[in-house]
Parts: sequence; C-alpha cells; structure tokens
Amino acid sequence: MQRYDAIVIGGGHNGLVHAAYLARAGKKVVVLERRHVVGGATVTEEIHPGFKFLTGSYLISLLRPEVIRELDLARHGLEIMPLESTVAPRLNGDYIADWPDHDLTREEIARHSPRDADAYGEYATTMRRLALAVKPLLDMAPPDPSSSAPRDRQAMALIAERLRAMPRADFDLLARLMTMSAGDFLDEWFEGEALKGSKCTSGIIGTFLGPRSPGTGYVLLHHYIGEIDGVHRAWGFARGGTGALSQAIASAARAAGAEIRLEAPVAHVLIRGGAAVGVVLENGDELYADLVVSNADAKTTFLRLLERKELPDDFVRDIERFKMTSPACKVNLALAGLPTFTAIPRGKEALLRGSIEIAPSIDYVEQAYDDAKYGGWSKRPFMDALIPSLLDPGMAPPGKHVMSLFVQYASGDLTGGWTAEKKAEFLQVVIDTLAEYAPDLPGLILHKHINTPDDIQRSFGITGGHIFHGELALHQIFFLRPAPGWAQYRTPVKNLWMCGSSTHPGGCITGAPGRNAAMAILRDEREGRLS
Amino acid sequence: MLNLKTTPFHERTAALMQGNQWRRWAGHTVASAYELTPDRETLAIRNACVLIDVSPLFKYHVRGPGARAYLNRLVTRDVSRMEVGHLTYTPWCNARGKVIDDGTIAQLSDELFRLTAAESNLRWLQDNAPGFQVEIEEVSDELGALSLQGPRSRALLESLTGADLAGLKYHRFTHVNLLGEPTLVSRTGYTGDLGYEIWVPRARALAAWDAIVEAGRSFALQPAGIWAMDVSRIEAGLIMLDVDYTPASRAMAEVQASSPFEIGLGWAVHFAKGNFVGRRALLEEKQRGPALALVGLEIDHVAFTRAHEAIGLTAPLPFIPWRAVTPVFQGAEQVGYVTCATWSSTVKKYLALAQVSPAAAKVGTTLTIDLMVDRRREPFAATVAALPFFNPERKRA
Repeated sequence: MQRYDAIVIGGGHNGLVHAAYLARAGKKVVVLERRHVVGGATVTEEIHPGFKFLTGSYLISLLRPEVIRELDLARHGLEIMPLESTVAPRLNGDYIADWPDHDLTREEIARHSPRDADAYGEYATTMRRLALAVKPLLDMAPPDPSSSAPRDRQAMALIAERLRAMPRADFDLLARLMTMSAGDFLDEWFEGEALKGSKCTSGIIGTFLGPRSPGTGYVLLHHYIGEIDGVHRAWGFARGGTGALSQAIASAARAAGAEIRLEAPVAHVLIRGGAAVGVVLENGDELYADLVVSNADAKTTFLRLLERKELPDDFVRDIERFKMTSPACKVNLALAGLPTFTAIPRGKEALLRGSIEIAPSIDYVEQAYDDAKYGGWSKRPFMDALIPSLLDPGMAPPGKHVMSLFVQYASGDLTGGWTAEKKAEFLQVVIDTLAEYAPDLPGLILHKHINTPDDIQRSFGITGGHIFHGELALHQIFFLRPAPGWAQYRTPVKNLWMCGSSTHPGGCITGAPGRNAAMAILRDEREGRLS
Repeated sequence: MLNLKTTPFHERTAALMQGNQWRRWAGHTVASAYELTPDRETLAIRNACVLIDVSPLFKYHVRGPGARAYLNRLVTRDVSRMEVGHLTYTPWCNARGKVIDDGTIAQLSDELFRLTAAESNLRWLQDNAPGFQVEIEEVSDELGALSLQGPRSRALLESLTGADLAGLKYHRFTHVNLLGEPTLVSRTGYTGDLGYEIWVPRARALAAWDAIVEAGRSFALQPAGIWAMDVSRIEAGLIMLDVDYTPASRAMAEVQASSPFEIGLGWAVHFAKGNFVGRRALLEEKQRGPALALVGLEIDHVAFTRAHEAIGLTAPLPFIPWRAVTPVFQGAEQVGYVTCATWSSTVKKYLALAQVSPAAAKVGTTLTIDLMVDRRREPFAATVAALPFFNPERKRA
C-alpha cells in the first residue's frame, strides 16, 4: 500500500502548481494524470508530424507573477514572449490594430475615429487602475460574507478597506463595469464599431454570453488583470506553446520532490467514515493519503469521483446547476505557408505576429451568440487567431506555419450532439469564415484539427469542455465559486480539497487556484486544523 | 514598417539633422538638436533668433455662437472679455480640479477660437460641449507651426513680410503677408523671449520654412530643437506637461494629478467669472491650502564644481536639461521634488523647477538636493528663487 501526505487528482497546470507548493513545504505528494502527458488543457501536441498544435489554451497573461517567481519557472524552462499587437481585419478591406506603443495605437485608432483615439489612452489607464484594484482578490481565498469566523471577517475587512481606498469615481465605475455588459461599457467610451468589436471579445472569451449580456463587463475586466514582467494587460506566448509552461511547472514540482504519474486515471475517491482517505485508480490500484486534492472540475469531482450519498443534498444541487456549457471550439491548422489577409496591407505583415481577431463589430459577435444560444453554432463565428510559428519557429517545419484558432460560439449542448458529420461541418464553417478574410488560406491547409466541447471533455476530462471549468458568470465567481459556502478550496468531505479552475479565481492559466489551495492547506496545518 | 508621424516641415528638418538626435513629441518625430552639440541652438535663443518646429501641438477649432461661453466654462481663466486678435494662456481641469492640460486660446473671429494643447483633448472638448451652440474640430494635422524666437525675431519677420510688428503686443496675433498669402502670426512662444509663432497650412509649410530660413541669413537664424527650447522654458519658469505634471486623464492614481495651484498656475484660476469645470474643487482646495507649490531652485553650482575639482574632475554642468523626478529635502525631511533642471548659460546658474510644500516655498529658503559627484551621491544646497529666472524686457516690449 502506498501512502502519501497528499494525492492530487489531475495534472493540469493548477494540479502541478498545487503539488509543487505542497512538495516545497515538505509534503509527500503524488499527481495522478489520466493522460500520457501533463498539462490538462495547457498542452502542446504534435497532432500532424512536425506541427505543434495548441489543442487547448494558447496565450498567457494572468499567470500569477508569484507562481513564476516562487516556483522559479524561468529556471525550469519557461520563456514568455509578449505579443506585439492585436489586429482585427475587416471585410471592407480595412483593419484596426493596437500595439503596446501609445503613439502608434493612437494614430491607428485616429484613422477610424479621432475621438476614439483620444479616449483610448484614458480607457487603457482606467482599465489598468480598476484591474490593479481587484488584482489582490486573485490571490486570496474568498471570504464567506455570511460567516462570523475571524478569518472571514478579517478578509472581508481587507476587501472593504481596499474598496474604500479607491477614488469614488473608480469605485462607481467598477461597480457598474462588474454588473453591465461589455458592449454597453464600450459604448460609453468609443464610437467606432471596429474598435468596439475588437475590444468586446475580452468580455466573452470562454463565456456563453453575448457582448450585450450583463456580466460580460466583469469578464472584460478579468482579462485585463494579467501582466508579463510587470507590464499590465500584456499577453504572451510561451516558447513551445502552453504545454511548455506545464512542463516547466512539472519540472519545478518534481524538483521539489513531487511524484507525477502519467496514465493513472482515478476511478473514484476513497471515503472512510465521511473523510477522504485516498483514491482508487481505474486499474484497481488503491493509493492512500492524508489529503486528496482534486484538480478536476467541480462536476467531475463531486458527481463522478464521489458517490452522492457522501455529499449534502443542497451541495449536490449547487454543483449540478453550476453552469459549464462551453461556447467554444479550438481549431488548429497546419499550413504550407503564411496566409494573405486581404485587409492587411503589404509592408504591415508584422501584424500577423500578434493576435488576429475575427470580430469586426459588437453586432457581429452578438449575432454569433444569437446563432448558437439555442443549441447551435455561429454561422460566422468570432475567432481569436494566432500563428505561433511566427513567434517560435520550432512550432512548425521551416517555411510552414501553424495557426491556432479559438472559435466561439458552438454550443456544448449542440442539438443532436457533436456527431462526426457535425464536427466536420462546423470545421468547414470556421475555414469558410476565415477564407473571407484570407482567401488563399484554404489552399494552404495541410492538416486541420478541431476540438469541440465534446472533444475537450473527452480528451482533457473537463465536463462540458468548458475552458474555465465553469462560466465566469457573476453568480458563480468569488464566494459563490463553485458553490456558496464552499469557495475556500475545502469541500463538504473532510480531507477532500479542490485546486482547479472551478474554484476562485477561475480559468485563464492563472495558477492561482493551485497556489491558493496550497496556501489554505498549509495554513490549516499551521493552525492545527488538519487532523 | 510602423512609423511615427512627421511634421509638415520634416523634409527640411531631416536635411539639417547632423547626429540622428530625434525624439518623440505627441506621436511625431522631432529634433532634440540638429547639431551634434546643442549649444549654438541654446545660445541663439537669447542672442539672435531660432526657428523651432512646434507642429506636434494639438490644435482645435471651437466654432459657433456659444464658443466663448463654452470656453469660459471649460478653462479656469476668464476668457469672456477676449477680442478678435487676442490670445490667452490657460490650464483646464476636470471636475476634481486636477489639470488636464494647458495651452493657448486665440480668438480668430467673432465665433471662432483656436485652442492649442500639449495632449489630445478631442473627447474632453466634445464631452463638455452639450448645452452650448458650439462645434469642435481638430485641425492638428492641417496646420504647421513654427516658433521664431529670440531678440532678432521681430527684425527678421519684418524684413520678410514688410509688416510693422512693433505694435503687435505680447499675446496678440495678426496676419502678415508671407509669400503673398495672409498668414497668422502670434506674439507668443515657450522661451520667455521676444518671439513669434507662425501658423501655416500644411500645403504652404515648406515654402514658409524656406522663406524664413532665407531671410534668416541676415539675422543669424539658427534652427533649434527641443533641448534648446527646454533650457529656455526652464529659464522662463514655464511648466511642461508630462515633465512638471501628469495630465489628470493619464494619472493612474489621484496623487499623480496636480491642481493649477500646485504647478504655479493659480494666477490663471478666476473664481469670479462664474462656474467652470473644477471650480468647486478648486475653491475647496484654495480654502484648504494647496499641498504643493511650484518653485524655482538655484542649485549651488559652486559647491558642485568644487566637489568635482576636489577629486580631480571638472563639473559636468547639464547643458541638456535633465528630467528625473528627484527629491528635495529640508533637513532630513523630504519637502518636495525637482521635475527638471538645467545649466543656464544665460543667467550662469544651475536651475531647477520643483514642487515643494508651501512652508518650504518662500524665496530664499535653502533646501538640499542629492546629486551624483562622479560615482558618489552628495547633498547640495538648492535655494528657492523667484520665477521666472530670466525675464527680459523685450519679452513683452
């Protein structure tokens, strides 16, 4: 019989981060990963020979600087290259772009609207200020507002103090942004549809809501909280893809003494006397530990790896209604050459090194949502494209390219289900839509690959294939994530913990759930609450 | 390729550039200095005359029957009695009384004013327009602007245009005949010297430059870059956005923003004119007393020189202004900070602009500032002096 201090179910990036922190604190930790590779949805896979596909996540921004620093990820091989630009090509032959450079961006936006160019600087400063104000919340276990425990009261007082420290106008704006739609918020700042189209996408990525749905303002802000090397709002590409990040974290975890077992799928959590005592693998092996920590999503953890009778009824109901219907697919293309976007003028090809947004207006994105919300998909989807081989030549053979496409909306609850025919049909919708902007693209495709919500569920084990392990909707964030009363990484089962993106602060490769859960466990241990 | 914008005079200024000493100004490429050493450019401002390309300034036309009332509501200064031909300098603030920008307003006709600004202001100007019969139009790219500054600037301009400019008073403008076209010339500048600014449509910009440079041969005209202008504006005690204050629209935290009182522009806040944007907050601040005051400092350059000579070095007096925010102390307590400093060949002193607590702002107060002496940091006396440091009669004559 093998005995550990802690078993981590799932080797996604958060499971690895969590294991690394526990191992560094001297714990004997094992990570049990279902697949042949660590990383979960943070993975790089050579699906077509010589072409490295980003089959899950693709960019990094919100990864907590603490995680990079404390786990010394640079020493373990992590290299992040900030993206240089964002460009949104348009069907009228024009485009709108932005760069980290204030002057260039202002000049570019002024081509479309001088007023917007002027507003942009203040918008960017304002968003940075609001993001800075809420950023500390990422690194805390959300306090239970209804609790009178000293720890919750202290944390609530800390939050109140921070909110009080904000200038009144910023507080008001934050309260409004948190509750309104990204579209309405952008309308207050800008007039140009191209700019608003490109900007609204941060409010809906991974979220089954349209840019006109209330609550998307919060998602917009969520995507502004990131930073790279202290540069806020920067998004970067990890050399080797996001899989290289997982490898770096795994290396840090191993260096700290954690054991990582691949192809070790967990069948269920072992419960004795109401407390978790270990896990049973699908091959029947039993592993025992003082603590079991699940990196799996909330529904997998509580509805699949546990029996209902082990859980309070109201908690089960909360988990059952936790929204995890994915709105997104991931497409990767192996290309024989660089596609030509008709909207991007000769001499400006450098714009392809950044994010390429197919989001010409808020209405376009809202229409894409409308098409999909009754169990369908967008006739013309929103896409967030990236050509990683322009940033890291190791991603494709010389002269050839890979294109990563985050595609939204395609309902995880597709009417009739994601059959092979439906899958091929939607992949064609994606390519046809792209071809409107880059007509030579279809002729360059050597291999195409799509991960539908169904595929993501099957390959990464995420319920519903939801990239954030559950919607970042207002009713399921912070002290409500994943369920009211259970937002501090603990569960109703003694010695069973959570450390995945179903917990605060959710998805986007933050590493924060993994780290926060480790901090909570180590604090409980220090204070003698673990037994 | 991604490039910055160039000014309407770029073809000419690029031909003059000797040392690739370009810089950014409001999204444009402009010269820091044309010559390898900027000294001749700096000296010419006080001794002959210089031509400075100031086209990157933002320019807005404010037009309509409500233009005057609108501007009077927008800016802190009373502009209700302006007349055609007048030009006035003023800051403008947000509702919290923090300075957004500073610039000039020229009344071009009964219902047309031109506002210049250091930063882009279109959205702010438009957002304040509802309720006034006024239209705002940005004309930044349509107009080139040349600043002709220095004691010989008047003679040069008169010889070129045939106009009699003796009657054109400080902060007034007129139209002169430049190459057969009526051209707006204002008695303004950012050097604290006798000087003019010439506003020409983009299409005529190069011809205007050529004509001025040709006429300038008889007056030792020197094209000058931003370094030379920076020395003279510090001598003149004139503040600069982004150097001496952070515009409120770009302040990350309230503490970064400044009120007009804190940056030496209290004289341009006219409470008696009625309501204007920021009035209530500024009244409160005035009653409360501002936290900071703009002062000039004279750094003890004799001690600075001796400290260098004591270790076998000559003192590196800054002929190019430096702009690092640097603390100033009274005893052990930091009472404020320097925002820029320069050696002035004109007044033969090491000058700085600083914001300090009002208690430390009295002329004659001695503060200290730490400066590097080769590889070591040493304290030097910095004495509060009246601004402007240099104020020749010819500026207003």
